Amino acid sequence: MYKLTDVKKDYPKGRQTVHALQGVDLEIADGEWMAIQGPTGHGKSTLLQILGGLDRATSGTVLLDGTDLTRLGEGSMTKMRATTIGFIFQTFNLIPTLTAQENVETALVPLGVSDKSRRARAAEALASVGLADRARHLPSELSGGQQQRTAIARALVKEPKVLLADEPTGNLDEDTRDEIIALLEKLWQDKGLSMVMVTHDSSVARRAQRLGTMRNGKLTVKQKVV
Amino acid sequence: MFFTYLWRELRRRARQAIFIAIGLALGIGLVITVTAAAAGVKNAQASVLHSLYGVGTDITVTKAPTTSSTANGGFGFSFRQGVGTATRPKAGSKIDDNTLAADFTLASIGAADVTTISKLDNVAAAAGELTLTDRTVTGTVPSFNEGSAGGGSGFGGGGGGSTGSTGSTGGGFTGGGTSTFNTGSFVVTGVDLANGELGPLSTGTISSGRTFTSADATKDVALVDSSYATTDKLKVGSTIEIGNSKAAATKFTVVGIVTEPASDDSTNVYVPLTVAQSLSGLKNDVNTIYVAATSGSDITSVADAITKSVPGVTITDQDTLASQVTGSISSASSLANNLGKWLAIAVLIAAFLLAVLLTMSAVSRRIREFGTLKALGWKSRRVVGQVMGESIAIGIVGGAIGVGLGFLGAAAVGHFAHPLTASLGSTTSSATPGGARAFTGSGGFPGGTGGTGGTAAAGRGGGGFTGGFTHAAANAVPTVTEHLTAPVTLEAVLAAVILAVLGGLIAGSFGGWRAARLRPAAALSKVA
Repeated sequence: MYKLTDVKKDYPKGRQTVHALQGVDLEIADGEWMAIQGPTGHGKSTLLQILGGLDRATSGTVLLDGTDLTRLGEGSMTKMRATTIGFIFQTFNLIPTLTAQENVETALVPLGVSDKSRRARAAEALASVGLADRARHLPSELSGGQQQRTAIARALVKEPKVLLADEPTGNLDEDTRDEIIALLEKLWQDKGLSMVMVTHDSSVARRAQRLGTMRNGKLTVKQKVV
Repeated sequence: MFFTYLWRELRRRARQAIFIAIGLALGIGLVITVTAAAAGVKNAQASVLHSLYGVGTDITVTKAPTTSSTANGGFGFSFRQGVGTATRPKAGSKIDDNTLAADFTLASIGAADVTTISKLDNVAAAAGELTLTDRTVTGTVPSFNEGSAGGGSGFGGGGGGSTGSTGSTGGGFTGGGTSTFNTGSFVVTGVDLANGELGPLSTGTISSGRTFTSADATKDVALVDSSYATTDKLKVGSTIEIGNSKAAATKFTVVGIVTEPASDDSTNVYVPLTVAQSLSGLKNDVNTIYVAATSGSDITSVADAITKSVPGVTITDQDTLASQVTGSISSASSLANNLGKWLAIAVLIAAFLLAVLLTMSAVSRRIREFGTLKALGWKSRRVVGQVMGESIAIGIVGGAIGVGLGFLGAAAVGHFAHPLTASLGSTTSSATPGGARAFTGSGGFPGGTGGTGGTAAAGRGGGGFTGGFTHAAANAVPTVTEHLTAPVTLEAVLAAVILAVLGGLIAGSFGGWRAARLRPAAALSKVA
């Protein structure tokens, strides 16, 4: 699935250059769940953004199913995000003016799906995360857990190959965290996704098949969890 | 999804959207109001100019008089003409002169020049006109010159003259003896019947009787101005006497009464051009030529061509005439074209800037939203389109409100504006036809000096006369009152809608440009 070779990412910060990634090598297999931990500001989110095509590596190669994301044009990268990669964010990032149903539909807009099909697929995705009865609610009318479920439905409605989650339980209480992780684990298993999850929460990280640690822009794969 | 998202977003920031829309609406409303007011002033000007100038006429051609050119039928009159003698008439002689002579303010132009001009490129039609003045003097030569050997001549006076609008202005003067003279004058215009759509009758309407037909070309028939007809109690079928170059009168039958606009020329009686030329002894002359160009854009080239083909003439077109219009109509025009226009532009620019700033501010607040959409695979084009769609929708709402405000503003202008007045400046040598000619004529010619010898009576000299011409001269600068209407044209509304959409597009472009530049990672990391 993913093969990263000597990936470096630098970006300017004032007059200085921050070396966010300093030669990351990583392989992630199809259907694998990998958790990434590490202190704040050591490159976890940067790595996730490069994996998701949200940002570009300064050097190195990032192969996704044989396609080097570092060489893709903007249009192709956008298309890759629209079809292959699903995102879940710590702050949910739902569009506040759209209902849960409409938020899920936004993921299908770039695919040119018909209105009818779009509505049906969004409703099905919401049902799969247990929110069929909240489809017409605005994000402000949903709890944190419900908002994250909506975000998960939005990420999965397009049936991506990869799910990238950036601190998906960071804003949730313990009970809700467990619900969400259980849901993600189930969907991962059911859909055969590759899942990369950045988290500070060791109890969450332990449930992944593999755990990587980012420190000073370098990734160390410490253990393999079965 | 596009419209749902657009509508929900506008609802979310309704206050800001309304603020932007009202800003645009004020600008657009002002543009419409000013445009309408300017159009109203322009219409009023056109109305004034038309009435002064003649419907359909683009150019008038005249010739300024020279000293020699006024010899024929110059100002004043001569008794010798009436009595047929080169000596002063004897006391007790009856005077009954009725002369018809060319308007001394205009020099003659050859009638052939009308044909020359009509054949120039881009000339649709040309019509000649001969403006004449009929003057009558009746009375008895006073006795004061009897036995006044060496005495001064008594009749030194010649009154100021005019082509005033009141026409028959009776006046009298008394010489040194016991006699009374009555004077009168009115303006006779010879009308080119072949091109009746041009010239002095083009602005008038027949209030009774009929207008000229081609069969009238050589007949002694006349149309009479309604004011003159009222004053002199003339009606269709009445007979009116018009003099000739030999001071003898010819009877004309009134076939119609013409009502001219208040500002129109001072003609009292219209007769066929051929007849007027014959009576005045000016068979090959006209003194005004009205020219219609094939299109408005040809006026300048036609004017140039006329100047070249008929040297020495004065060309007057509507621009020349408009520049001579004074009064509140001129002030209103200046106000609408200067202050109003710039105020509207300033408000519009301010509204556009406001829209741009608020839209960019809104985009800045939605960085995470747009970053998320980009992460979901939305193309920049779609995100920009969403931002622009919202701005254009605000622009359209602003435009709709602005059109409403514009109509209200235009109605207010029409309702509250004072009536506009227009006067045409004094142009002594102006070639302008109609009442535009103005000149002072208040004085009479000085009386002759009394003789040094003879009887005491001879010493009285001539009294001169101050005829009624002075009255006519006072009215020779017409003032027209026009009620200002501010018509909102379809073009103005369309322009306003385009401006509104343009305002939305400009604001949306800046906002979209900012949204397009967002890298999804940067957008997301800024809020993470």
